[in-house]
Amino acid sequence: MEYEITLMTLAGIAVIAALGLNLITGFCGQISLGHAAFYGAGAYGAAMLTTNGVSFWLALPAGALVAGALGLVVGLASLRVRHDFLAITTMGVGFLFIGVVRQQDALGGEMGIYAIPDPGLGRLGYMVLVVVLAGLVAAFSLYLKRSWMGFAFDAIADDEDTALMVGIDVARYKLAAFAMGTAIAGVAGVLYAHEIKYIGPDSFGFPESIAMLAMVAVGGIGSVGGVAFAAVVMTVLPHWLQVVAEYKLLLYGALLFAVMRFSPGGLAGLVRSWRTRAGGFRIAATGKVEP
Amino acid sequence: MLRLTELSAGYGAFTAVHGLSLAVAPASVFALVGANGAGKSSTIMAIAGHVTVQGGQVELDGQDITALPVARRVSRGIALVPEGRRLFGDLSVRDNLMIGGYARPRRDEAENRARVIEMFPRLGERLDQAAGTLSGGEQQMLAIGRALMARPRLLMVDEVSLGLMPAAIDVCYAAIRRLKEAGVSVLLVEQSTARALEIADRVCVLESGRAVWQGSAEEARKDPAMIEAYMGLAKV
Ligand SMILES: Nc1ncnc2c1ncn2[C@@H]1O[C@H](COP(=O)(O)OP(=O)(O)OP(=O)(O)O)[C@@H](O)[C@H]1O
Ligand SMILES: [Mg+2]
Repeated sequence: MEYEITLMTLAGIAVIAALGLNLITGFCGQISLGHAAFYGAGAYGAAMLTTNGVSFWLALPAGALVAGALGLVVGLASLRVRHDFLAITTMGVGFLFIGVVRQQDALGGEMGIYAIPDPGLGRLGYMVLVVVLAGLVAAFSLYLKRSWMGFAFDAIADDEDTALMVGIDVARYKLAAFAMGTAIAGVAGVLYAHEIKYIGPDSFGFPESIAMLAMVAVGGIGSVGGVAFAAVVMTVLPHWLQVVAEYKLLLYGALLFAVMRFSPGGLAGLVRSWRTRAGGFRIAATGKVEP
Repeated sequence: MLRLTELSAGYGAFTAVHGLSLAVAPASVFALVGANGAGKSSTIMAIAGHVTVQGGQVELDGQDITALPVARRVSRGIALVPEGRRLFGDLSVRDNLMIGGYARPRRDEAENRARVIEMFPRLGERLDQAAGTLSGGEQQMLAIGRALMARPRLLMVDEVSLGLMPAAIDVCYAAIRRLKEAGVSVLLVEQSTARALEIADRVCVLESGRAVWQGSAEEARKDPAMIEAYMGLAKV
């Protein structure tokens, strides 16, 4: 039971982080290969506070704020770059984050931060908190998708220049996507730090960014349910299957490539096209029955 | 309603439009004609705020909007049907229209959409189809419809007729006529002077970024030099 609770907690954290990235990459079409940096910023920000006696309940929003502020800065710096260049820029941010953390003794340097205090909710209580927060993030995503802002994101993801021509303030929406998505990653980071109780530079490296992007792509760029599902499966699987754990980066990298190449809509896209095809058959079938 | 004074615009060090002055009257159609590369698109993109103004002034209803951000121009009533239509190909017709009305209150959306569908009933039948899968004529209707969702007072249309059959062009021109009757000013870019004269009240001919002829449509029809030079074989 203990093991299942841990797994569930980690899966919930992955769902939150992946849905954060989904706002940026899925909704707004801005690729990020450095999402783990913001996840890490939230984790470090909050761990610094709680190890110095600040309450977990203050550290949680503080971590989100730190990550979101960093995201806003990166977003501002990336306003002029697009597509592949944005991918490289965000990847650079990820490496920069790790580099800075390693050099900072105040942040634990190579050793990381340990003995992060327990929030005192009990194993089960903490899991419930994580699951509730994951549900809230999912609900927020769904709400956003149907909102005016969601339509502006759609337009920007489809064609940024044209979005500008119809009068959408592209820069503002991109910044909003970055700030919200990274703040959500920050929340996931805080939860992670207080689950594992230890964080180090390697907890938030490039492999983590790739894994998150793979969750978003496999789940189906932009699809809230698909991404949440992929995040759960891709978190749980390495714990169940040793092979998956050993070749995680390779496997997720290959998966990312395969999805981009063969089913750009991800799982959600597969289900959708399968459903339309099934519908098509049904129409054909009734057509035959009726003379 | 729109006035350009000595407008120069271009890209970096390159100037595509040189000292262009013109005025579009309220509820009228103004045609900007000229050969490929004459600077027609650059002119309307400068008015919309997408091409850098290097000199001169753009005024809307007597107010200087030369330095206004794009989004503010749209909410002031300038809408654009860009060259090549530029629809959101992956999004549905409905969503394309919705995004076009972005600068207007959301509660007006249904009413604005109804108005567009009334003008282009074909769009109403295809609301859930992806814009990229529409026929060329339908795409042009959607491009115009999307611009109309912003309830513009000045509609700028870059080459409606491009790649369309005469019947489809007629549909678009009929829509433009109706808009004019409803009080909208239209700035129309056309390569073909003959077509433009069908609906224009005023014409300006551009050559290498400079206005070489400007006047009313009647004058254009009567001016032999104009006909000779710009309407070629299509002599009336
Ligand atoms: N983005 C750009 N960067 C640099 N020069 C450009 C750019 N767009 C257009 N130009 C140049 O500006 C000049 C005017 O181009 P413009 O597109 O305004 O012509 P046009 O009259 O619309 O032509 P067409 O009928 O072919 O659409 C051309 O010489 C073109 O090469
Ligand atoms: Mg042009």
